[in-house]
Amino acid sequence: MSDKSVEARPLPAVPFLKIPAEGSPYLEALKCGACGALYLAERVACGKCAARGGFSPTRLANRGTLYSYSIVCRSFPGIEVPYVSAIVDLEGGGTVKGNLIGVAPEPAKLSFGMPVEVVFKDALGRKDREGHSYLSYFFQPRA
Amino acid sequence: MGNDVYVVGIDMIKFGRFPETSVSKLAAQAALGALDDAGVSIKDIQALWCGNLMQASNMVGQQLLQEIGQTGIGVVNCANACATGATAFRDAWMSIKAGIYDLVLAVGVEQMGKGLLGGAGGGKGISKEGLVGSLTMPAVFAEAGMEHSRKYGTTFAQFAKVSVKNHHHSTMNPKAMYQIETPLEAVMGAEMISYPNTKLMCSVNVDGSAAAVLCSEKKARELGLGRAVKVRASVLTSDPWQERDLVMPDVNSCTRLAAKQAYEMAGVGPDDISLVELHDCFATAELLHYENLGLCADGEAGRLIDEGETALGGRVPVNCSGGLLSKGHPLGATGIANLYEVATHLRGEADKRQVNGARFGLTHVIGLGSACAIHILEKPA
Repeated sequence: MSDKSVEARPLPAVPFLKIPAEGSPYLEALKCGACGALYLAERVACGKCAARGGFSPTRLANRGTLYSYSIVCRSFPGIEVPYVSAIVDLEGGGTVKGNLIGVAPEPAKLSFGMPVEVVFKDALGRKDREGHSYLSYFFQPRA
Repeated sequence: MGNDVYVVGIDMIKFGRFPETSVSKLAAQAALGALDDAGVSIKDIQALWCGNLMQASNMVGQQLLQEIGQTGIGVVNCANACATGATAFRDAWMSIKAGIYDLVLAVGVEQMGKGLLGGAGGGKGISKEGLVGSLTMPAVFAEAGMEHSRKYGTTFAQFAKVSVKNHHHSTMNPKAMYQIETPLEAVMGAEMISYPNTKLMCSVNVDGSAAAVLCSEKKARELGLGRAVKVRASVLTSDPWQERDLVMPDVNSCTRLAAKQAYEMAGVGPDDISLVELHDCFATAELLHYENLGLCADGEAGRLIDEGETALGGRVPVNCSGGLLSKGHPLGATGIANLYEVATHLRGEADKRQVNGARFGLTHVIGLGSACAIHILEKPA
C-alpha cells in the first residue's frame, strides 16, 4: 500500500466533486429514481416528489451556460475579492454555483447565457488543519 | 359573534444599536408599549409568543416575563430566520382562532451587532466562501435580482431607486434607524458590496423590538373596537421544490404561494391593498416581490419603481416605514415591526407619512431557507 501517495492526492473541496483513481475529476449529482430530480447531496427521500425509491449517481456535464451571477466585492476577512459568484446551468441538467474565472469581474464582461466550461484546479491554496490540499471546480468562458 | 382576531395594542422601539442593554430589556420596552397601547396589563395576558433568532436557545420569552411580570403563563420561544417575528404573531393568532385564549402577546426582538450575514464556512475541511461562489446574503440576493435582470432587463439603476425611495420614506419615520435622503448617485456610487447591491442597498443591522397584543372578537368588544385592527389573513409557507433551489435559495415561489392564500383568506385582491410593508432585505429583493405579491404583472416591477407607483403618494406605497433598508432589520423583530407600520397607517396615526384612506394593508417577510409570512390587516370599523 502506498499510503503516502494516496495522502498526497488532493481531497475534493465539496462532496459532489469526484476524483477517480484514473481519469479526470468530474461533478456528480444524485438522480431521483422516480422523477429524475437532481441533488448535490444525499437526501432521505426526493424533495420534489417525496419518493423513497432511492437515487442513482449521475455524472454532470462539463459544459453549461451562465444563468445568474453577482460580482462579490466585499466578503469575510481573508477572502480575496472581487470575484464572480456564478450560477451555471449544465448541459443535460443540473445547476451548480461556483467562481467564474478567466473573465474580468465587471458587468460589461458578463452576459446571461454565456457559454462556460467546468475546470478543476487547486482550491486557491486553501488547506485544512492537517495540511491537506484540496481540488475545487471553477467555471471559465468557452468559445 | 364571529371568530375574527384583532390587534388591540402594538408598538416598536426606535431601532438602533444598544449593546449596553440585554435582549430581554429590549423586548420589555416594546411589550410594555403594546400593553399600554391596548390598555391592558401583563396580568391580563394569557400566553406569550416570543420571536428571537440569535439567542433562540436562551428562553428569551421567560426572560422577558422576568422583566415585566412573572405571571406563570405559557411561553413559546420561536425562531424562523427573518420570518421569526411574523411567525410568533401568527402562532399567537392561531391560538385565538382555535378558541384557546382571548388575549395574548406576541413579541419579536433582536440584538445584532454589525457585519456581514451569511455562511462564513467553518466545520471540517476548508472554507468554501469565495471558492465555490458566495453564500453571503448580499451576494445571494444579488443573484436573485440578476435573475430578474435576465428575464426582464431590470437595471442597476432601477434596483438602486428602491433605496432612494425607502431612505426618503424613513425621513418621515422617527422610529427608523436612519432619517437621511440618499439621491440615486449616492446609492449607485456607494461602496459596492455585491453587484448590483451597494452598501446603501443592503439592510441595516440594528437592535430592535416590536410587540403586539392580539385578542378575540369578544375581548375586542370589551376593550373597545375604536382602534382595533382586524387580522384578515395570516399565512405561512415554506419553499416548494424548484429546479435551481440547490444553489439559489428561492424567495419567489414561497411568496407567491403565501400571497395567493392570503388574498383568498382575506377575500380581497392586490388592487384592494392600500399599502405594503415587504421584505426589502436588499434593494434587489423589493422589485421581485412587487410581482410575487401581485402588485403588478410579471416583468413590470422596473416600471413600477420608475414611475413612482410604490412611493408615498403613488398607487400602492411600499415600505413607508423606510423598510429594512433604512428603518433597519433586527431579524426577529422585523415581522412585528412591519405589522406595527401597517397598523399605524390603518389607524390614521402615521403622521407625515400617512397613506390617506388606507383600508387594507399587507405585510410580508421572508426567512431565507425559506419561510414566508404574509398578513393582511383591515382598518378599525
